[in-house]
Amino acid sequence: MSFYEVCQRYGKFDFDSFFKQVTDADIKRIIAKSRLSETDYLALLSPGAEKHLEEMAQKAHRLTVQNFGRVIFLFTPMYLANYCVNQCVYCGFNIHNKLERKKLTLAEVKREAKIIADTGLKHILILTGESRRESPVSYLRECVEVLIKYFTSISIEVYPLEEKEYNELISVGVDGFTMFQEVYNEEAYAQFHPGGPKRNYRFRLEAPERACRAGMRTVNVGALLGLHQWRTEAFLTGLHAHYLQNTFPDVEISVSPPRMRPQLGGFPPKVEVSNKNLVQYILAFRLFMPRGGVTISTREPSELRDRLVRLGATKMSAGSSTAVGGHSAGCTQTGQFEISDTRSVMEMANMLYVQDYQPVYKDWQTL
Amino acid sequence: MRDVLMIGGKEVTSRLFLGTGKFSSHRLIPEVIRACGSQVVTVALRRIDPEYEEENIVSYVPGECILMPNTSGARNAEEAVRIARVARAAGCGNWVKIEVIADNRYLLPDNYETVRATEILAAEGFVVLPYMSPDLITAKKLVEAGAAAVMPLGSPIGSNRGLRTRELIRILIEEIPLPIIVDAGIGRPSEAAEAMEMGAAAVLVNTAIATAGDPVAMGRAFGLAVEAGRLAYLAGPGKTHEYARASSPLTGFLRD
Repeated sequence: MSFYEVCQRYGKFDFDSFFKQVTDADIKRIIAKSRLSETDYLALLSPGAEKHLEEMAQKAHRLTVQNFGRVIFLFTPMYLANYCVNQCVYCGFNIHNKLERKKLTLAEVKREAKIIADTGLKHILILTGESRRESPVSYLRECVEVLIKYFTSISIEVYPLEEKEYNELISVGVDGFTMFQEVYNEEAYAQFHPGGPKRNYRFRLEAPERACRAGMRTVNVGALLGLHQWRTEAFLTGLHAHYLQNTFPDVEISVSPPRMRPQLGGFPPKVEVSNKNLVQYILAFRLFMPRGGVTISTREPSELRDRLVRLGATKMSAGSSTAVGGHSAGCTQTGQFEISDTRSVMEMANMLYVQDYQPVYKDWQTL
Repeated sequence: MRDVLMIGGKEVTSRLFLGTGKFSSHRLIPEVIRACGSQVVTVALRRIDPEYEEENIVSYVPGECILMPNTSGARNAEEAVRIARVARAAGCGNWVKIEVIADNRYLLPDNYETVRATEILAAEGFVVLPYMSPDLITAKKLVEAGAAAVMPLGSPIGSNRGLRTRELIRILIEEIPLPIIVDAGIGRPSEAAEAMEMGAAAVLVNTAIATAGDPVAMGRAFGLAVEAGRLAYLAGPGKTHEYARASSPLTGFLRD
């Protein structure tokens, strides 16, 4: 059974009625449990659980330290290309947006790699818009063959591929995969993706399964928070991670809880997701999946990211740019969205040291 | 008589092996080693970065310690073998702790793949210490495969749940002619002492020390507990009895 079928089970589920029935006693009982069910996780995402955030935080912190230690894994994104044929209403790379389209040459990839490698990072996440013509798998492969000389772990966040294409990228050194479903609610998904191949909800939803089958070591999923009701989107994201971990037990599964940021196109969030909401999501997920990773990007402001170190986060980006070639000096490209935390890798590391945490620059070795 | 543990032709006097993956700062590692006296330190190859001296975890392991790279992240024998070879080529010596884990929920080892990796690496001259789920038949196969020691788990990694596999470890200690090193799950010094009293050759600890409020003090506590447990084992603990033993027995008069 694919995750699409799992999602279908909740297609008609009355989330509001469920949330209304959750009691304080339920939340206390769930926090005390060592293994949570799907509905326990949903209860922790309810409005009623907001009164119990401190108890959830204490347990989430303890579980995170126990499972991961006092460490935060660091990485940075590298945008290879911003050509895109999709019409995602919330994205700066939308085909209709007027921005300079660019694809890095291999020499430029090398230049970016050198700059990033000089910060000490060994884990890179490469991204493109969706354009099989401008950024085909063969191009990704060529870029990986350059990057492998500088990094020991290479993850991809690109358009959904077929399993054999993931196989091909793994064979040249890719070991990690990120795919944001953006919106798990299928009806809402259709509204936000009016044109382009990204309209195919199921092909995107099942991409992480294909990546796991192909042999990716780490797989990261997420919903873009701000497009649809955050509680149900957080629930389905957690369920997705849980499904992947159960189906592919040898893959390291993690989630990202990205919140919408201002972008070219100016599309505003449809729903507000406050700091409190975001924290509740992360804590509930940690209690549901004690060994699941939680990735916090530079979309979040520095003050909040500093706090999230002790609230379940395991991996953070640093020294980020969302523009193609953005790590190279003098680049003035428009990014996919505006980042919030602009700190360098060294500044992030210093923040972690102050909090009595060890930054981890390298956590995999290319074999 | 000196009580030493011989593994792979090397002699160690401390029977506390130390893991390094969860410390809040690499700088704590030498302090903890000083406090606990450990002479064997395991480091995941995936974390070793010779190109970044300041952040390279190996830079913080004192030179007099035996470095035991581990194959954390390996999902099968082939990956474990490749990791071990990379570690040796990187100058990390020929000791290796085999970890083959294909289950990210409990981090339980794959015994079958562990035996396969042990066989290949022992034949290549590595000193192989395999981490395993305590199972007598697997342990015997590891002996045949050329392991230098056998490292059964006390309970799942990082769980701090203690010696949940006590009976199975006891059987390994009785039956296996190699050092039995209890690895994973030990949460308190008293549990380390208990493992040593049972006759374990050593224990390997990471989470319980690294995530303690004061890792240096906890390291010292573990060092003392392991030493106490070993001394007790060598001293031969008195037998336990279900009932009290009267010092003036009722039938004493019949001996006359």
